[in-house]
Amino acid sequence: MSQGQTGAELRLVTPGMAIGPLSGKRVGSGALAQNEQIIATRLGWVRELNDTVSVDPINSTYMPRSGDLIIAIVAEVRNNLWFMNVNGPFQGLLPMSLAPWKVEFGAARQHMGIGDVVMARIQEVDECHNVVLTMKGVGLRRLNEGSVMTIPVNHVERIRGNNNETLLRLRDVCDCRIMVGDNGRVWIDGSAEGTSWARSAIKLASQSGHKLSFAADLAALEKNAPKRGDA
Amino acid sequence: MGGYGDVKLLREDGLRLDGRKIDEMRPIEIEAGYLPAADGSAWVKHGLNVAVAAVYGPMEAHPRKIQRQDRCVIDVRYNMAPFSTSDRIRPGYNRRSREISKVTAEALESVVICERYPRSKIRVEIEILSAEAGTRCVGITAAAVALADAGIPMRDLLVGVASGKVEDTVVLDLDKAEDNYGQADLPVGILPNTGEIAFLQMDGDLSPDEFNLAMEYNFKAAAEIHDIMVDALKRRYEGGEN
Repeated sequence: MSQGQTGAELRLVTPGMAIGPLSGKRVGSGALAQNEQIIATRLGWVRELNDTVSVDPINSTYMPRSGDLIIAIVAEVRNNLWFMNVNGPFQGLLPMSLAPWKVEFGAARQHMGIGDVVMARIQEVDECHNVVLTMKGVGLRRLNEGSVMTIPVNHVERIRGNNNETLLRLRDVCDCRIMVGDNGRVWIDGSAEGTSWARSAIKLASQSGHKLSFAADLAALEKNAPKRGDA
Repeated sequence: MGGYGDVKLLREDGLRLDGRKIDEMRPIEIEAGYLPAADGSAWVKHGLNVAVAAVYGPMEAHPRKIQRQDRCVIDVRYNMAPFSTSDRIRPGYNRRSREISKVTAEALESVVICERYPRSKIRVEIEILSAEAGTRCVGITAAAVALADAGIPMRDLLVGVASGKVEDTVVLDLDKAEDNYGQADLPVGILPNTGEIAFLQMDGDLSPDEFNLAMEYNFKAAAEIHDIMVDALKRRYEGGEN
């Protein structure tokens, strides 16, 4: 091992840095095998799980995967489909057949216009990054109220916490409805005070949700939380 | 001998006009994440050269005719600010900046794992704020740090470095006088971990022995610059996982 190494401690590696010898291990995302060595291809933290060595990138773009639950914004409307901004390099396509309403040809605009926010699921992604969305499913709908904030995609898990523990706690404290999309968009709906607090808490979770001090930091922030029924 | 005749570029004591040894680089400072609005960015000061690089994307490639179905394209725009030299440069693209943008894009395409992003484009903007000599190398180094900062997968960190010949002596990292009045200039893009060369240009004449010596200097300097690049990236994210 030359520079970055595997082990219990998280280690920062840069592209091209040797993580360690291949020696029967599998190479996960953010790394490649070269001359019996595992080489990092991204700037991030080395993670070894079940004999698979991967690099969790510090920065990354959202790359849609089939089954992802996302918060999308209508970017274009055609006669029979909507193009959706999914916070990734490519727009997603929502055909009228996968909308939750019965849509006549040419009437797509009557149901959703540019700028409308929806909760959708990625139905299909092909090798050329063509993305098809669906709104048929439980909880998939147009989001008429609330506000949307964007966080780095690699911080989504921090907002959710183990078994959604952090997310449930935030919801409970601020008495707001909060949904976290896999594409790094967070929808918050509630009172103005609750929404404001939720945004601060999400920012905190995004920045330090992985640190040991997070529980104490969140507890300190909770002291400023609006009391239930304030609004 | 070539060059410009009686211009003295080496002192009696064997050092260069700025006091450097023949195999000594100008001082380098690098800062990653310099521009908050960019997906990735870097600031590099190499001697009197100052370059800022910003990376945006991957994004859908437009116009559609530039899209590749199996890979992304890297769109590099190298530009020297009008105030970067003592003689004001006319703003906008010129033949030189077009050429440097092209060779930089080709060098970066050999390092970035482009197959990961079909039909996409990664935009790299390199702005030279102050120019002494060797701005294309500084631009490449800045672009590599900015790409890493943006989380773009790469096989290695590409390092831009140059050697040349003055007064029949091979020297590392030419300054402005050496670049203007020297006999040869050899800028290269090196992948330090694998020792591969991603781009190489040569202006002037070098014998095979001089070429080998210049490349030896370049590889040695690339290893030093690479350490500074890694340090800049680590410094940005030190203090825990970000």
